Amino acid sequence: MTRTLIVGASVGGVRTAQALRGGGYDGEIVLIDLETEAPYDKPPLSKALLTGSAVPDGIRLLTPEQAGAARIDLLLGLRAVGLDPRARVVAFDDGSSLGYDRLVVATGGSARRPPWATTDGVHLVRTLADAAGLRRDLAAGGPLVVIGAGFVGAEVASTGRRLGLDVTMIDAQPYPLSRSLSPDLARAVLALHENAGVRCLMGAGVSGVAGSRGRLTVTLDDGTELKAATLVAGIGAAPSDGWLATSGLTLDDGLVCDEHCRAVGTTDVYAVGDVARWFDLARGRHVRVEHWTNAVEQAAYVAHAIIDPRSPRPYRPVDFVWSDQHHWKIQVIGDATGPAATAILGDPMADQRFAALYADEHGRLRGAVVVNWPRALVRCRKAMRETAAWRDLTADLHTAVGRAGA
Amino acid sequence: MAAVEADLEACQGYANCVVGADRYFDIDDDGVVVLLRIEVADEDRRRVEEAVRSCPVSALKVTDA
Ligand SMILES: Cc1cc2nc3c(=O)[nH]c(=O)nc-3n(C[C@H](O)[C@H](O)[C@H](O)COP(=O)(O)OP(=O)(O)OC[C@H]3O[C@@H](n4cnc5c(N)ncnc54)[C@H](O)[C@@H]3O)c2cc1C
Ligand code: SF4
Repeated sequence: MTRTLIVGASVGGVRTAQALRGGGYDGEIVLIDLETEAPYDKPPLSKALLTGSAVPDGIRLLTPEQAGAARIDLLLGLRAVGLDPRARVVAFDDGSSLGYDRLVVATGGSARRPPWATTDGVHLVRTLADAAGLRRDLAAGGPLVVIGAGFVGAEVASTGRRLGLDVTMIDAQPYPLSRSLSPDLARAVLALHENAGVRCLMGAGVSGVAGSRGRLTVTLDDGTELKAATLVAGIGAAPSDGWLATSGLTLDDGLVCDEHCRAVGTTDVYAVGDVARWFDLARGRHVRVEHWTNAVEQAAYVAHAIIDPRSPRPYRPVDFVWSDQHHWKIQVIGDATGPAATAILGDPMADQRFAALYADEHGRLRGAVVVNWPRALVRCRKAMRETAAWRDLTADLHTAVGRAGA
Repeated sequence: MAAVEADLEACQGYANCVVGADRYFDIDDDGVVVLLRIEVADEDRRRVEEAVRSCPVSALKVTDA
């Protein structure tokens, strides 16, 4: 019997295993993770899990019973430490090793640890244990200082306000989410946080952190000192590809893959999710995407490719990320960067529902930011796939705005 | 024949299911999933199951009726 070995049992790995079985794969499926927790989902870690509106057992991706029913061998508490792609063997930290016919690398990423994050009371948010520790400290009260205003940082700041805490958010960039949004939209997100009572210190750097849990002092580059009970660092993630360092595979901020999500130079090693840097034909370059929906779509793609290796269709997803902050459900489709949106329906500074559209140089939709507007979201997501005419799309949305009175 | 079910309370309106299988799923003006059909034809099953797995809040499921 053939064996597919999947290393990493978060959403990328779990969905690959499920899609393999769902697609009729009859070989052995072995799914391995270094965590001892049954696989769980990460997006709630910065949101519902911190407020307590979700509990760990409510965010499981695969229970041992479900794994058994789908004939997925789930091995927990085992860390992959090496790969020999010629011999087709993965080595583990307990000294054991396992051969494969197909290998799926799904080891995701881990939160970047800033140099001053050694202090007790400084939290990262990537694992269930991280979230549990943070929840405990937040329950003891504020002030909360969040360093980094990317998706995770901005969500934690929002959750902190929901818990009634005094919250300060710090970032070196002028606006939150500045890597994902054009400045006009990012400025609206800044206003959202300020209006919700988050003190935003943008364009500021942290030079040091002293003290301990409950009594921390954060020093900024300009000498300002802030008191914090709890500090969260949300300064991004790095791909967990260190275990492949001696494999001979090409690593470059992630495992480098071709347009079929296959590690370059191999025919039997695939990568999915946050660890994969694959060649995206649409953009004409290698990309690595750290969003949930990409991990799931890539998992489905790779499972198909394993089941039917002749399927030549390259992997060409449309990026999609959602983020819940204060009373906004922010959804970013495709590419929403650049100097400014091409057209905005509604007013991001005043309305609670709007859509910002971005055209490429040929006048086609290349991206959109949609807030609290489900119909526009569906319309834009479909339009991105169909490369719909710009005029039809904006006309459609204009009618919808009229109707909705947004 | 298999059937699809939705948990309308859990749905968050992300529309991943609509992108995955728009003959089966849509969302309404409040951002809640609408099932366009309940029974899943055999030839659609894989696609629908994929759409179900793409729901970020596990609000959907396919059951064998
Ligand atoms: C707090 C937080 C909130 C988020 N919110 C959103 C959101 O709102 N919307 C959105 O679109 N995305 C969100 N994301 C991003 C999304 O969760 C990730 O894109 C997704 O988890 C990637 O899945 P993955 O399987 O590729 O990797 P990961 O989830 O990083 O999982 C990798 C797994 O591999 C395991 N592993 C690593 N190394 C080894 C090894 N050597 N041996 C064995 N196992 C190993 C790890 O233990 C882990 O379980 C969020 C992420 C975080 C952390
Ligand atoms: S994918 Fe899930 S959350 Fe999104 S609209 Fe469909 S059912 Fe609702």
